[in-house]
Amino acid sequence: MLPCGPSASSGEVICETPNNKLDKFSGTLYWKENKYLLSNQNMLLRGCVLRNTEWCFGLVIFAGPDTKLMQNSGRTKFKRTSIDRLMNTLVLWIFGFLVCMGVILAFGNAIWEYKVGARFQMYLPWDTAVDSAAFSGFLSFWSYIIILNTVVPISLYVSVEVIRLGHSYFINWDKKMYCAKRRTPAEARTTTLNEELGQVEYIFSDKTGTLTQNIMVFSKCSVHGRSYGDVQDMLGHKAELGERPEPVDFSFNPLADPRFRFWDAGLLAAVQLGNPHVHEFFRLLSLCHTVMSEEKNEGELYYKAQSPDEGALVTAARNFGFVFRARTPKTITVHELGHAITYQLLAILDFNNVRKRMSVIVRNPEGKIRLYCKGADTILLERLHPANLELASITTDHLNEYAGEGLRTLVLAYKDLEEGYYGDWAERLRRASLAPDAREDRLARLYDEVEHDMMLLGATAIEDKLQQGVPETIAILTLANIKIWVLTGDKPETAVNIGYSCKMLTDDMTEVFVVTGHTVLEVREELRKAREKMMDGSRSMGNGFSCQEKLCSSKLPSVLEAIAGEYALVINGHSLAHALEADMELEFLETACACKAVICCRVTPLQKAQVVELVKKYKKAVTLAIGDGANDVSMIKTAHIGVGISGLEGIQAVLAADYSFSQFKFLQRLLLVHGRWSYLRMCKFLCYFFYKNFAFTMVHFWFGFFCGFSAQTVYDQYFITLYNIVYTSLPVLAMGVFDQDVPEQRSMEYPKLYEPGQLNLLFNKREFFICIAQGIYTSVLMFFIPYGVFADATRGDGAQLADYQSFAVTVATSLVIVVSVQIGLDTGFWTAINHFFIWGSLAVYFAILFAMHSNGLFQMFPNQFRFVGNAQNTLAQPIVWLTIALTTVVCIMPVVAFRFLKLDLKPELSDTVRYTQLVRKKQKTQHRCMRRVGRAGSRRSGYAFSHQEGFGELIMSGKNMRLSSLALSSFTTRSSTSWIETLRKKKGGDSSNASSPSGGADKTLKV
Amino acid sequence: MAAARRERGRPDRTAFTQQRLPAWQPLLSAGIALPLFFTLGLAGLAVGLGLHFSSGTIRELELDYTGALGSNQDCARCTNASATSGPCLCTLHFELAEPFPGPVCLYYQLSNYYQNHRRYGVSRDDLQLSGDPWGLRHPAEECWPYRRDPRGQAVAPCGAVANSLFNDTFALHRLVNGSFMPVPLDSRGISWWTDSNVKFRNPELVNGSLATAFWGTSKPPNWPCAAYLLDAGNPNNTGFVNEDFIVWMRTAALPTFRKLYRRVHQGNFSAGLPRGTYRLDINYSYPVLPFKGTKKKTKKHPDLVRMAELVVHNVIREYYVPNRLLLS
Repeated sequence: MLPCGPSASSGEVICETPNNKLDKFSGTLYWKENKYLLSNQNMLLRGCVLRNTEWCFGLVIFAGPDTKLMQNSGRTKFKRTSIDRLMNTLVLWIFGFLVCMGVILAFGNAIWEYKVGARFQMYLPWDTAVDSAAFSGFLSFWSYIIILNTVVPISLYVSVEVIRLGHSYFINWDKKMYCAKRRTPAEARTTTLNEELGQVEYIFSDKTGTLTQNIMVFSKCSVHGRSYGDVQDMLGHKAELGERPEPVDFSFNPLADPRFRFWDAGLLAAVQLGNPHVHEFFRLLSLCHTVMSEEKNEGELYYKAQSPDEGALVTAARNFGFVFRARTPKTITVHELGHAITYQLLAILDFNNVRKRMSVIVRNPEGKIRLYCKGADTILLERLHPANLELASITTDHLNEYAGEGLRTLVLAYKDLEEGYYGDWAERLRRASLAPDAREDRLARLYDEVEHDMMLLGATAIEDKLQQGVPETIAILTLANIKIWVLTGDKPETAVNIGYSCKMLTDDMTEVFVVTGHTVLEVREELRKAREKMMDGSRSMGNGFSCQEKLCSSKLPSVLEAIAGEYALVINGHSLAHALEADMELEFLETACACKAVICCRVTPLQKAQVVELVKKYKKAVTLAIGDGANDVSMIKTAHIGVGISGLEGIQAVLAADYSFSQFKFLQRLLLVHGRWSYLRMCKFLCYFFYKNFAFTMVHFWFGFFCGFSAQTVYDQYFITLYNIVYTSLPVLAMGVFDQDVPEQRSMEYPKLYEPGQLNLLFNKREFFICIAQGIYTSVLMFFIPYGVFADATRGDGAQLADYQSFAVTVATSLVIVVSVQIGLDTGFWTAINHFFIWGSLAVYFAILFAMHSNGLFQMFPNQFRFVGNAQNTLAQPIVWLTIALTTVVCIMPVVAFRFLKLDLKPELSDTVRYTQLVRKKQKTQHRCMRRVGRAGSRRSGYAFSHQEGFGELIMSGKNMRLSSLALSSFTTRSSTSWIETLRKKKGGDSSNASSPSGGADKTLKV
Repeated sequence: MAAARRERGRPDRTAFTQQRLPAWQPLLSAGIALPLFFTLGLAGLAVGLGLHFSSGTIRELELDYTGALGSNQDCARCTNASATSGPCLCTLHFELAEPFPGPVCLYYQLSNYYQNHRRYGVSRDDLQLSGDPWGLRHPAEECWPYRRDPRGQAVAPCGAVANSLFNDTFALHRLVNGSFMPVPLDSRGISWWTDSNVKFRNPELVNGSLATAFWGTSKPPNWPCAAYLLDAGNPNNTGFVNEDFIVWMRTAALPTFRKLYRRVHQGNFSAGLPRGTYRLDINYSYPVLPFKGTKKKTKKHPDLVRMAELVVHNVIREYYVPNRLLLS
């Protein structure tokens, strides 16, 4: 049967204009003379994945930038680094400085022309246009602006871009940031932000797809008091990590999923030995769920699970021989160890957030009615039959152990029902479901009644697979003093669980504050309480705060930052909406910043951006946002640096991001290695660049006082032209591109090395003034040492030496040598390229010098090359070389002495690391080994986290059954629309307060 | 690179792309810094001591002959006269208490004279001075106002530098047995070889005559005679290649400067100037007083080796005009 869609006839949709409200839609569809109201329930948001159906009819309402998701993504801003902004300020200052120098020299010129130049007119008359000393001074101002303009480093901008481009290529080329599995290298999508990677203080991370893979793995289980799932070696001892034996062989089972891995053969043995508890355990897993199966070819089963948790459980049962094969609205067919058994499905007691459990009631072929229940341990353990007490305590121990490993746990239980009791109960259920009012409550009471006095079967532990290396990365980044905030659309429970498993939250923490208030007052109160507790805590820890401080706590971020003890804050989306209001945002920010970890749950894309904006606005810190989906785009665009994980979720995030790679763990390399180096290199580069330009240019200033302020240059015009682009550009570029202070592995081992960047220590206004001072100091010596020599010196044969051209060559040569020695000092990492450029620059200087001063060029262009013969005459004089040597030593030695003393008396961490490196202490000291530490189980999961209610009813209604399976079923029409109404109601309730309508469905409907 | 093509996007594993180039990582540790300090210190000490002891033998005598107004120097009358009349002869007497070992150099020194002024420095035409026939008659724009004379003829050599050529001349005599014997002064080799052989060339002789070659040009206004009449009898020292002219044209870096005038290394004086009484005859024609400068004449040792020199300074000093002769 060919699908024939609504396209067959024409219709019309009238709806609202594009907006960013994710939870609202209103429109009307006119089709075939009929009018249908369209609400948010009829809408699929961009990025949704359809489950359990191969096709559906739909109508595109908004596309591209009009979609609600894109409307949420915020404006694209032009990003620039703080160093860029500082650089612009500094360039303005330098320009002001230039004007000042011009003014000073112009006044000097006016005075000189008035007192000296006017009398000197016999030899040097004024230009025709110049009629007074003042006018001459005015002209000389402009001349000096032109001559001294080299202090304003025009080539700086070009060089900075070249360096950043180089750094970007290094990121692209980095093999250690290349994901072989996905074949994606890291990519620097902008070339302008590299050095800011070395200054990050706050990371805002998405959860699903970024921290986690969104893959659930059945990892351990406890059946009737025995725990399975530890990796064991041949002798049955617990094996250490890393020496994994072969996984369990499921070849006996033709229906097994080949991708499923389990490491404990004991469980399979128990199944094969016919352990009734184990059988019942897996039977429950194969029956109690809302998964749909699909069998395209015989034996090729595909499960379509509403949440990956359930998929993992059903797949586990499948591999252990309890294969869920097919379902109809009234039956479930299971292959139990090769035998097909069809259970009659009597009822699905669906999941919801309050119940935190789900049950099915089935009748087995023998006619016995049994209720199977799985749910959160806290709920289920209270509902067990008293006979289970001992078993429950053992299972609780196991649960603690699993929770300590960061696994999500579920408790499984069953209950046999009397035929008579069930009949009665079913009748009451039927009546309740038809009740016109308070249907929910009635149903809940009935469910509650039957789920009692259950028998404990065991517990499952599911690993929400983190991306590779996430806990290690987070630990290292935390050690590097970077604060990590998780912003997720998920539920608080899920987010907190992930917080634990990736070691953001630990049980060592003094307290985890959970803010879930629905009104402004509640939220304010909760935040205030949290702050009070933190301060009480720190008072009791000994560093007491006075009461006054407490009173004005909201104005005292410093007090809060001095908090002793570790706290964490979890805040819900609807509370966040209030917390982000103008009058509370500071309170929120202070509370949040006093906490070690912050998790915001159920937040909309726009809220993510608002949180980032808040931190940007008040903290003046560099922020980085990392995410993988379209819902992270706004945050990525808002943060100083946006990182996109190029994963399974499309490329929106990557397209909006500044950097992209495919694994969260690459972030540590991006920041600690590339970012740190970039920052270091850029700072060193800038310092040197300003230094060399000042050393070069200020000589003209001093010379001005001795040449009648006539704007005479000290150097040959060619030298001025070539100094910045040929003689001194490549060595500093090589340093800017290749320099390293410590090897990459060290910056991972010592995350503290990252701190100078955050504190902005390497290039700030102070450092800038030091560079400038050094440049000016150099220029003074550069002028006055040759001045002192030339005032009195003659050549060896008595002929003249103190001529202008010889002076120019001497000063230029000593300048080139001094700045080359200085770059040699600054270069910490002499690769062949650095050698080539530094020595090459010197060689090129002398080559060009001799070429420019050669006879041949002069004979061709006498007026252009008037320095003929100068190089060979001047540089043949020992006195010139002594001058150059003296200048070099006097310019450089104070720097050497200063650096030596600093290294010796007050070494930076990087110096120490380098020194240790040098001394070849090859011990792998302080290698931070990220072993999984078991923690006392305070944190256990509830029900399968990413689960949403309503699906039980959906199944029972048969609505989503494919035609083939429907044909087999004894399909009786129940109130066929009731399931969708339930779904809507639940959704509506869930998604109040602007949170995602589908936040529960995790990646299925990720916003 | 081949690997990159095999697998798209896969980074190369080279030392360069992975930033693992072998490198030397110097650290300014005590092991490097302290020996560096000591080595440089010792080297500096050695050079300093060497210079100190070798310069101990240098003799320098400075004679200021500017003739400031009101001074009782002989040259004071020239100062007064020079503004109006032509050359003026004056003399200076001085004693050498100890001999000046040869070769002795005679310098003139000008103070407060801004040869390094930008407009002064560019006011010349090196094309013209290099003997280019076209350039000779087409002086560069920079030479203004000494580019063409009022009749429109090209000034050769053009420009302010050439126009302001220092034209005092000196003759040195020694008192021997009651009469002053002339000390031979050598004007050869006072300029750089590249200057007198490459940078400065006379234009091609026309009919064997330099004067004809200069036909159609005019002398700089301050000059008493045309360029081809400088040391007219000596074809190697006339016109643009006149060494006094070349020395002057190599403009000084600082406002107080010395320029080599003559060397004493001939005849009886090849060993230097013996002790005794000397007389310096000055043909005082370079006007310095209008702008209150001074002229000096100095004898000085030129370099680290044992030599002595006579330096003649012509000082233009700010507001007083003392006359001194300095010998060292």
